[in-house]
Amino acid sequence: MLEKALSGDKRYWVWVFSLLVLIFIGFMFYLRQFGYGLGITGLSRDVTWGFYIAQFTFLVGVAASAVMVVLPYYLHDYKMFGKITILGEFLAIGSVIMCMTFIFVDMGQPFRIINVFLYPTLHSMMFWDTVSLGGYLVLNIIISRVTLNAERMSIAPPRWIKPVIILSIPWAVSIHTVTAFLYSGLAARPFWLTAILAPRFLASAFSAGPVLLILFCLILRKLTKFDAGREPVQKLALIVTYAMAINVFFIMMELFTAIYSDIPHHVSHFEYLYFGLGDKATLVPWMWTSSILAVLSLILLFNPGTRRNESTLVIACVAVFISLWIDKGLAMVVAGFIPSPLGSVTEYWPTLPEFMISVGIYAMGLLVVTGLYKIALTVRGEYAARVS
Amino acid sequence: MYDAGKIIIGLIIFFVLITFPIWYNMASGEALDVPELEKAAKGEQCVRDTDYMTTNHMDLLNEWRDQVVRDGERYETGPDGVTYERSLSKTCLDCHVNKDKFCDRCHNYAAVDPYCWDCHIDSKELQ
Amino acid sequence: MSINRRKFMKLTGLTAIGLAVGTTPKICSGISSRPQGLQGSETGKRLAMVIDLRKCVGVGECDDCIKACHFSHNVPDFGNPKDEIKWIWKESFEHAFHEQEHAYLDESLKHAPALVLCNHCDNPPCVRVCPTQATWKREKDGIVMMDWHRCIGCRYCIVACPYGSRSFNWRDPRPFIKEINPDFPTRTRGVVEKCTFCEERLARDLQPACVDACKEKAMFFGDLEDPGSEIRKLLSENFSIRRKPGLGTQPEVYYIV
Repeated sequence: MLEKALSGDKRYWVWVFSLLVLIFIGFMFYLRQFGYGLGITGLSRDVTWGFYIAQFTFLVGVAASAVMVVLPYYLHDYKMFGKITILGEFLAIGSVIMCMTFIFVDMGQPFRIINVFLYPTLHSMMFWDTVSLGGYLVLNIIISRVTLNAERMSIAPPRWIKPVIILSIPWAVSIHTVTAFLYSGLAARPFWLTAILAPRFLASAFSAGPVLLILFCLILRKLTKFDAGREPVQKLALIVTYAMAINVFFIMMELFTAIYSDIPHHVSHFEYLYFGLGDKATLVPWMWTSSILAVLSLILLFNPGTRRNESTLVIACVAVFISLWIDKGLAMVVAGFIPSPLGSVTEYWPTLPEFMISVGIYAMGLLVVTGLYKIALTVRGEYAARVS
Repeated sequence: MYDAGKIIIGLIIFFVLITFPIWYNMASGEALDVPELEKAAKGEQCVRDTDYMTTNHMDLLNEWRDQVVRDGERYETGPDGVTYERSLSKTCLDCHVNKDKFCDRCHNYAAVDPYCWDCHIDSKELQ
Repeated sequence: MSINRRKFMKLTGLTAIGLAVGTTPKICSGISSRPQGLQGSETGKRLAMVIDLRKCVGVGECDDCIKACHFSHNVPDFGNPKDEIKWIWKESFEHAFHEQEHAYLDESLKHAPALVLCNHCDNPPCVRVCPTQATWKREKDGIVMMDWHRCIGCRYCIVACPYGSRSFNWRDPRPFIKEINPDFPTRTRGVVEKCTFCEERLARDLQPACVDACKEKAMFFGDLEDPGSEIRKLLSENFSIRRKPGLGTQPEVYYIV
């Protein structure tokens, strides 16, 4: 089936080629980083994890969100999601590959990563994160291949795939919980030392991922003969509504605990994000944008009229995605380091090489998802362009 | 086979290209210039015998690394009763004073680039 | 026999899985069984440091200990705080003892420099998070060690350290080492480093470089398990504090104030 990704029309190849260019540029920048060292990024002694790890954290969430379509369809026989589970699984594969690549480019000695497997360390959450991400990738590859292949041959998938699919459901929850555990068990970082971090991660993942799926469904409907249908998109929108509401509620819970207790080493991080500390206020406009977009998206999503209207739904989805990307992909990781454990404030912003490497990795993820979606659509005979 | 002529010619070209290192080395005779290693500047014997060192010096260094760094056992006693430090820079290079005339000669010949020297210091290099 | 492509791929895949499963026990047996968070074993030592800040106060720009440490361990000087690597340094009292300072402290103490370094905690969070055991706690004397051969540069230990004791090599350190000490290796870019209580000097029965260099004799080093040791005496006769004691890390650097 893989060969189906190698044939396409002109629009397909223009898109693939543009992605390849971005990947190439990113790779060139990575060679520079590999030669110079991670000092080429904006990272410093105080802010030691930044853009790369933040993208990893955000994308683990997107990967986990496949469960939002898999669970209703396979566990509860919600037939409406039948056409889009494969899209969710393929998105998960692309996301996990991006996650692993973001980790690779963030390592000081990337070719020693094998040490994590040669010397497994059961008390390290990073070890378990590697195991769970790797396992999730394998699970999704197996599930998507077996189900799509069965579809291609117009037969039912083999019975053994069902328990594998059911396994992927708690596994999806576990990958993002373990990623949260990387942060939420550290006495040194009071900003992250909160039990609600894992639930918050899951809530934001189950908003950001399905939002991306909705956008992909609408894009595919415009560009190809694939039409997921109105109902699945609306159901996804409802899932996003509740997940986003819960996520915003969790954020407010965090804000209350920090602000009401008024403990300096809890409040100071939120103060930095929303108001800045002294004249160090780089993230302030971003945080307020994220909050405003979150509120705006909830208004559009809760109101049935705007949720059912697909044009306003698109606005809501984009708002959710940007808001959550700012929250996880910029704010959450960096603010854990500001102020530092010794109370100093060192700001962080990604440098050009750092940014271009990240763009290259996103392009690579998009390329993987493009190729996989192309295969799925071709198998279903729905690739050809819409005649509108 | 369709296009048998083209395929066979292609296979032959591929085979020639992929075995380039083997036949080029044989033809040019460069490989016959086995490097000569400078004799040690001092010391009666090495920490292990020559045959072992020729084939296994990298394993010995890895062993030493784990013994010194991970187990904290820095010293060992030779068969002649002399105690020495398990150290590349301080023990090996103490006798084999010129890294470029000893270590590098074989490494360059075999196109091996060990990264020991990224951290471990060759005192001569400093001067 | 005839075999089609799909059967062949299935067979290969299963063989690969079988091999992987077969080697798993071998890999798992390499799991280190080093216990964490020791309070000092019966026969072992529990090394610790006592710094008398009263003697360190008011000696102006003295940084003999820092110079000694950074020279003997080839610690580079990049000249900017972003790439900075430091194993021991002076922090303001306010920053070093975040929760134990107040506005009405004795003026000299408030503005005094507090010497900070790795605390070699008894319950080290950095050791807990390291995915490769490139940092671990030595059973025999409680030193939190670094293995620069194994470190993958993930910097998780830096994130986990509540004291900011660790530094990362953001670039190649060699060009920035003012004077190389040939008796100790340098590090390479991409690994984390920190104070190791001069374990290479301890092996030669020497005191740590910083303790040795202090002209004011403000630093003391010894074995807490030995009731007759100098530091035990100092700790019983003087009031001492530790950094962030509430976090449960059990730091083993004590400060007499």
